[in-house]
Amino acid sequence: MTAVLPDLANYDVDAVRADFPILTREVFGRPLVYLDNASSSQKPRQVLDAERSFVEQHYSNVHRGVHTLSQEATDAYESARSTVAAFLGARHEEVVFTKNATEAYNLVAHSFGNAPAGSPFHLGPGDEVCVTEMEHHSNLVPWQMLCERTGATLRWLPLTDDGRLDLTDLDTLVNERTRILAFVHISNILGTANPVDVLVARAREVGAFTLLDGAQSAPHQSVDVTALGVDFFALTGHKMLAPSGIGVLWGRKELLDAMPPFMGGGSMIEVVQMSGSTYAPAPERFEAGTPMISQAVGLAAACDYLSAVGLDRIAAHERALTAQLIDGIRALGGVRVIGPDTIEMRGAAVSFAIDDVHPHDVGQSLDELGIAVRVGHHCAFPVCRRYGVAATTRASSYLYTTAAEIDVLLEGIVTVQRFWRR
Amino acid sequence: MSNESLYQEIILDHYRNPHHSGLRDPYDVEVHHVNPTCGDEVTLRVQVAGGVVQDVSYDGQGCSISQASTSVMTDLVIGRGVEQAMQTSEAFLALMQSRGQLEPDEDVLEDGIAFAGVSRYPARVKCALLGWMAWKDATAQAVAASAGGAS
Repeated sequence: MTAVLPDLANYDVDAVRADFPILTREVFGRPLVYLDNASSSQKPRQVLDAERSFVEQHYSNVHRGVHTLSQEATDAYESARSTVAAFLGARHEEVVFTKNATEAYNLVAHSFGNAPAGSPFHLGPGDEVCVTEMEHHSNLVPWQMLCERTGATLRWLPLTDDGRLDLTDLDTLVNERTRILAFVHISNILGTANPVDVLVARAREVGAFTLLDGAQSAPHQSVDVTALGVDFFALTGHKMLAPSGIGVLWGRKELLDAMPPFMGGGSMIEVVQMSGSTYAPAPERFEAGTPMISQAVGLAAACDYLSAVGLDRIAAHERALTAQLIDGIRALGGVRVIGPDTIEMRGAAVSFAIDDVHPHDVGQSLDELGIAVRVGHHCAFPVCRRYGVAATTRASSYLYTTAAEIDVLLEGIVTVQRFWRR
Repeated sequence: MSNESLYQEIILDHYRNPHHSGLRDPYDVEVHHVNPTCGDEVTLRVQVAGGVVQDVSYDGQGCSISQASTSVMTDLVIGRGVEQAMQTSEAFLALMQSRGQLEPDEDVLEDGIAFAGVSRYPARVKCALLGWMAWKDATAQAVAASAGGAS
């Protein structure tokens, strides 16, 4: 058996770029160098065209009528669900559309919080929820709020100095009292890729549910939720070439069907009487009200686009760029990578600190050079505190990023150093 | 680098050599303000006596804009009557909210006029206001406390 390696030599980044109209833009008279992909990605024509043609030719509300457009819109919406399911290695009815990943985590946290005593999802005093110190606020604050509401206790896996999870006390922190272990697949601020298998194995030993934050993994690498072995997985469309306003919660069907609803309203019901209601099975149970229809169509087009280019090829392309950036930063001097400074088990987001220059000033100065990076705490305040910085500068590549752009960034960092140290 | 419109020499001077920095005694009120969008923070102390801002001292971490703006602010309020200092604070706030449309009055704002360019960068306005808002909060508390004590 020979492992099939992605054919990087034939990765035509220029052909990919040609699909993204915005990449021809200039900023301050210089070609845009867009390195803020971990925050949000740009959109290819194929996604814009899919949304536009759906709205121009088939638009109507879904699940509500017998007229032709209603049927066509429903077919498009449900077909989008199937496409996303296939993209994740999941079943159609396991894909719940949400407005983003944040809503997906809140959905699970609220549903668990609504579970009565005796339910497998119920939490109370003495129960525990475990997260990690590298969570995005979206996969941290909802669990803090759940613990506040139920009296459960929040625990977290700490971090090592080199930006990895410290698993020394895993068996203590994830224990028989743990009801759910919620953790990030790839950190948005550190770039760290976490050992899902190790964490899932421990959660299974103690009978805890697992939820994986896939916001930074699904856009960049092939994801098979069944192979990952988790109970829940979430992604957000806007980070993977799709419009904003659409995300996905994937959950195992038997769990979704047994969980209490999150929001009440139309579409999520079975029978409604004034004295009370019964609820539809998943995914409708969790899609109260008119959903994001054209956005779902756009997300499916984005999945198709990523699959056509090839997730393994995209991952290999980004890996080369990440190595170039990390090596380049190391060669500059006076710049420190916050997070793993090797390409082993990491994604394409690279946070760094330039000695004696505040990230806000770095970001502003790079903007004048046409370079878009993210500066700030990246919705991960605890991570900044852990590494003793108020904020970081983060550059994050994607499928359309070129090696030449990484060079422009590295030159830009030198320009920033000169300006701020004179 | 071409962004001199944002990074005026006056701003860079205050950033590199901030005036009145460090936390000092005595003081009436201490406040801690943060900018939740970027994590910048400032701890600021105010001493007010006889209706006059006797001292403002501070410690914080932040970008050039927030640090320089706090430094300029201390120059403009220390030794001034509370009422006059509050008016200066309002003038600075108005300049920051002007999106580059206001001609600043140098007689009122002195070095503060260097921040006129910042008002064209909405993402940075909060940076420029961090120290000012902390001062305003602390001073209002100090005035309220002394009024309460007098009655």
